[in-house]
Order: sequence, then structure tokens, then C-alpha cells
Amino acid sequence: MALGLRLKLKEAIDKVVVKPSENLYTEALRDFFYETSRLTLFAVRFFREMTRPPFEFKEFLRQSYLVGYKSFPLVGITGFIMGLVLTIQSRPTLEEFGAESWLPAMVAISIIREIGPVITALIFAGKVGSGIGAELASMKVTEQIDAMEVSGLNPYKYVVVTRILSTSLMLPALVIVADAIALYGSYVGVNLKGDVSFQLFFLKVFQKLSFTDITPAIIKTVFFGFAVGLIGCYKGYVSNNGTEGVGTAANTSVVIGSLAIFIIDMIAVQITSLFT
Amino acid sequence: MEGMETPVVEIEHLKMSFGENAVLKDVNIKIAKGENLIVFGKSGSGKSVLIKCMVGLLSPDSGKIVILGHNMIDLKNDELNALRKKIGFLFQSAALYDSMTVGENLAFPFRDLKDQSKEETAELVKEVLINVGLEEAIDKMPSELSGGMRKRVGLARTLILKPDIILYDEPTTGLDPITSKEISQLILDVQKKYNTTSVIITHDVECARITGNRMIIIKDGVAFAEGTFQELSTSKDEWIHSFFE
Repeated sequence: MALGLRLKLKEAIDKVVVKPSENLYTEALRDFFYETSRLTLFAVRFFREMTRPPFEFKEFLRQSYLVGYKSFPLVGITGFIMGLVLTIQSRPTLEEFGAESWLPAMVAISIIREIGPVITALIFAGKVGSGIGAELASMKVTEQIDAMEVSGLNPYKYVVVTRILSTSLMLPALVIVADAIALYGSYVGVNLKGDVSFQLFFLKVFQKLSFTDITPAIIKTVFFGFAVGLIGCYKGYVSNNGTEGVGTAANTSVVIGSLAIFIIDMIAVQITSLFT
Repeated sequence: MEGMETPVVEIEHLKMSFGENAVLKDVNIKIAKGENLIVFGKSGSGKSVLIKCMVGLLSPDSGKIVILGHNMIDLKNDELNALRKKIGFLFQSAALYDSMTVGENLAFPFRDLKDQSKEETAELVKEVLINVGLEEAIDKMPSELSGGMRKRVGLARTLILKPDIILYDEPTTGLDPITSKEISQLILDVQKKYNTTSVIITHDVECARITGNRMIIIKDGVAFAEGTFQELSTSKDEWIHSFFE
């Protein structure tokens, strides 16, 4: 964002928010509005740049490989443990009611609708969001972003658009994989104290699952991925406190990204409940 | 500069401040084609700010920066990017892209030029690497290079677009005296070979002596003194003289 525009934005927010009796709360409020408005402008710029050629397709593929494929082992292990633990923890309660046979369906619905997308997104925010924040802040500190700009190229398009697109498209794919592995983990969990065939387990799972469980859960992960990518890129791209800023960008990318995931999830659940 | 032909760089009444801190108060500079201008000054005097304004990385508060006949401040984004392709910028840290090899770093400025084939780009990459004496480093990553090699690659990346003007931000900082001398000589060779106009920000007296045709010293936000290396190094003014001790 141009320096002039930033200053005007800050002045405008100061006029609205800061009263003569300024205190810590108003200062925090001002900072909140300032950051939110800058983040909004950053997101608007993403949509504008995304639709304009030239398209950085090769870099997008490279980022998708780094963001998606490289996160696969972590997401896979987490998914397996998630399914296994959820099954082991749920079994005693269902046993009390003699509803042990409901275990596969209950675990599947919990994982597909909520736990799979949210846990995977949080892991993703921790791994990818922090990585993007730190990488971009480091590029900023070492003047690599300025170097792209003075070459007459658009660093936003190359650095930001490709990363946000990758996170938005790769997180849903990772969630699908994590859900599948979590269900397998659940199958293993069921068989720790029982003897249920693979076919019977998944028959029970798919008897209770419908597209209204799967589709909204996958759609919301696109927004989770977008939020993680956007916040990571924003925090890195505007970082300007030297090497200290790199750590801060990585940290705040994870914190704000995780918070955004919960807020989006809350909104998504409300919207989904209107249609089911 | 009296009697100068149409200057390629013309800076008039340039002012730039960060909050309350006025860094550049009234800078006026003219640079002729093919000239190597050295900019001296204490740390924090606004030398880097000056060249960042010249390439549009910072927007000045007021004043005029006319480069190759275009006022930088009035240009739209596309026009500014087109003009930037005629201006090279060597960053203090060389600013090589960590995730790319040396060859990819050099080819990067060509990524949106559709009328240039991959073979032509590869040829240019090879040519500039030979010019900076690093043809064997084409497949190396920036992390594998020494400080002097990074500066050379940075210079090669600057040269690859064959710019009319090159801005150097402390090109010899952090280098040993021998490598500094090599880089200074390289700057001079580049200027002679490509007939570029250069603005060189430096604290290195030897670099200024080797490369500069003319020098200015920035003090209190203005171009405080101007002249050749010989004139300024023998100045009676104690403050100016202290730079050359």
C-alpha cells in the first residue's frame, strides 16, 4: 500500500476513533480498526490482482506443492491419531447406553462435520501460516520484495496471490485426506476392543453420512485456507521491524489465523444450520 | 552543474520525512548521462532514502524527481514499472531471492517479457555472469555464495536489463578491502562498457575515489557540498575533510 494512502487511512481512523480523552482502550481500538482496514484493503487487492494477467501459474504450482504435499505427513499422522483417540474416548459412554454399534457413525459425523476440518486447519495455520508469515517478513527485511518491485515486477502477484490461492485450494484437499485417515484411525480404534470388518465399519459410516455433512464442511475449509494464507501474507508483507519483525509476523500469523478459523467456523455452522 | 546537457536525473526541492523526522529537507541534484555520482553523508542522513525515492520505493512529501524525462511522482503504476526496467538498483545486501538459484535470480526480471525466448534469456544470464566473473555460479543457491559473490550476482541481476541508470546502495559495505576494490573496479568497468549513469551511495572513500566523477555530501537534509573527489578531499571545511581521514 502506498505510504500516502496509509497515512490518510490512519488520519481518517484517528478522526473517528480518537477522542480528546484518549486512553489505552481507545488506542487499542484505534489500532484494531487500523489493522482491520489495512487487512481488508490487502484482501481487496488480492481479488483485484488475482483476476489480472500475467498469471504466475508455475509459482502457484510450486507453492501448492510446498503448502499441500509437504504438509501431508503431519496432517496424516494427526488425522490418524484424531480418529483413534476419538473412538477410544467415545466407546465407554456409548457402551453405557448399549449403543456401541453407533460408534463408527458417530465418530464419522464428528470428524467429517467439525473435528477434521477445524483440527486440520489449526495444524495448517501452525505449520503453513507461520511459515508464510516468517518467509515474507524475512523477504521484506532482506529487501527481496523491494528488489522485485524495482525490477518493474509486481511482487504482490508473485508472492501473495500465489500463496493465498495455494492455501485456499490445498487445505480442502488436506482435510479430505485427513478425514479419510481419521476414519481409518477410528476403524483401528474400534478393533482394539472388538472385531469389526473393514467393509462393515465403512458401511456403518456411509449409512449415516450424507452430502449435507460433507459439502458444507469442505466448503468452509476453502475459507479457512484463505484466512490462513491472507493473514500469513499480510503479517509478513507489512512487517518492518527488522529480524524481530520476522518472529512477530510468524507468531501473529498463527494466533490471528487460528482465531479466524474459529470465527469462520462459528459463522459457517450458523449458515449450515439454516439449510439443514 | 553548470553547462550540463539535458540531465538524465533531475531532482528539485525534494522533501521527505518520517513522522516528525525530516530526513530530506531540500535536495537538488542534476546528473548527466554517463556520470558516476557519489553520495556521501553520515549514517541516517537520508542517502538511502534519496535513492529509494528515485526508484519509487518511497513517495516523497514534495519536490520533483525527473528521470529520463519522466516525473516519478506523477507516474501511474504501469508507467512506473516500465521506467523501473530502465533503472537498476543494487541493494546493500544484494537482496538475492533465497529460494532461487543464481541463474533463476538473474532470469527473474524477464518473467513477464513474452517476446523473449528462454534461449535468449539463458544467453543473457550467461553473458552478465561472465561480465561479473561468476559464470561457474549459475546453479548455486544464494546461501552458498560469499558476500563478495552475492554483490557480484546482485550487480549482474541489475545489469541484465541493460539499464540506463544504476543506483548502488553501499556496494562495498561488509566486504574486505580487496573485494571492495574489486567491486569498485567492476562498477567502473560496467559504467564504461554499458555507458550507464550511476548514483553510488557509499561510506567507502576508496570506492568513491575509484568510481566517482563527482560527489555530493548530504548534511541536515540538503546537498551540503558538491565537487570532484579531489576538491572535496582537500576541502578546508573540517567536517567535510573528516570524511576523507
